[in-house]
Amino acid sequence: MSYAPTPSQTVGPFYGYALPFPRGGEVAPAGHPDTITLHGYVYDGAGNPVPDALVETWQPAPDGSRAGAPGSLRHDPVTGEVIGRDGVAFTGFGRVPTDADGHWAVRTLPPGGVSYIAVAVFARGLLHHLYTRAYLVDEPGDALLGALDPARRATLVTRPEADRTYRFDIRLQGEGETVFLEFK
Amino acid sequence: MPLTEPLPDGLSQQEIDTEVAKAQASAAPSDHPPRDYPPYRSSHFRFPRQPLIPLSDPEAVELSGPAFGVTDVTALDRDLTRQHIGEPLGERITVSGRVLDREGRPVRGQLVELWQANASGRYAHQLDQHPAPLDPNFTGFGRCLTDDEGGYSFTTIKPGAYPWRNHVNAWRPAHIHFSLFGTAFTQRLVTQMYFPGDPLFAYDPVLRSVTDESARQRLVCAYDHDLSAPEWSLGYRWDIVLDGPSATLFEEGDQL
Ligand SMILES: [Fe+3]
Repeated sequence: MSYAPTPSQTVGPFYGYALPFPRGGEVAPAGHPDTITLHGYVYDGAGNPVPDALVETWQPAPDGSRAGAPGSLRHDPVTGEVIGRDGVAFTGFGRVPTDADGHWAVRTLPPGGVSYIAVAVFARGLLHHLYTRAYLVDEPGDALLGALDPARRATLVTRPEADRTYRFDIRLQGEGETVFLEFK
Repeated sequence: MPLTEPLPDGLSQQEIDTEVAKAQASAAPSDHPPRDYPPYRSSHFRFPRQPLIPLSDPEAVELSGPAFGVTDVTALDRDLTRQHIGEPLGERITVSGRVLDREGRPVRGQLVELWQANASGRYAHQLDQHPAPLDPNFTGFGRCLTDDEGGYSFTTIKPGAYPWRNHVNAWRPAHIHFSLFGTAFTQRLVTQMYFPGDPLFAYDPVLRSVTDESARQRLVCAYDHDLSAPEWSLGYRWDIVLDGPSATLFEEGDQL
């Protein structure tokens, strides 16, 4: 490691017209029968929803491929507007801003070979983004989960709801604070 | 030590400067800003109090990352001065550089995104209430893919400084927000690029949140006369190094 890294800075309050793109949360091809919904709220240390967070997800394709695919931000060739995915390629990448009530949702396919979806959180007030993982099931043999005490472990495991829907809240600080990761 | 109470409203620049000096004195050496940084008051309820959990797993999904390609950008996306019918007001500039990993290898074919205020210091965002003029010919965001050498280039206008409400008389130095992808999700970076010699550097707690002086300097681009285009634009160079492990770094480590 010889090159010194460029420091992080907060995403600030005004990324909203630049980073989010149409159907950024529609990772699964439209109408795919295996589609799951991963959703939740982002909360701050006072228990208030964070309305200006940006949530990104990354995951393998259902066949386990981690190569991803281009086309998350496909453009209309005439207007140049971003129109989003073509409904065929699975890019594995999702990006959604939180709503005014702190809610976000991603519709995707189950990741192949692992039981989690990687999550990155950006927000005004957050000087360096945070990584976490949304486990769709509590994986008994998982090394990361196994190293955590039960209460902290629970913050990484989604809660199943009806209709292939998984709830994953992100608490930036305080009671029930989400486990955040540092990759070495 | 995290403060238990947020800093009060209406702090003067001098009081913020004192907080900045205090944070600076107690900071551990780091390339990145501490998330717990009281002088940036919005951080108060938004940093985790628990330590991050270290993870070193060659099988981690995060060692791979999203792919982008020709469908994700158009040639016009890199020229923020040509997105409207007329020319935007302000000083036309080009910002170019390379995106590298920590081994100095070029990051190829990856997405670079930027956004910024206009020449008057106003964002085209409805929440920006700074009473400076909007420019009907400037929106202020762009995208491009890095080339085979990791190079990127944008044509834009130099953004203005703008006020914000962190404290009384708080002004942000002119900056351009950048978002970058590496070959791994772990290398994701969102940051801000500043312009050399800005007199507001000393007063800005966002820039000062990078407590290491040499790290802070890496957020400042350099004027590069060779990048200036005659009769057209001024050139600035800014190289970016992405932190974080990747699958290829792990593979090389295995060979050692
Ligand atoms: Fe800004």
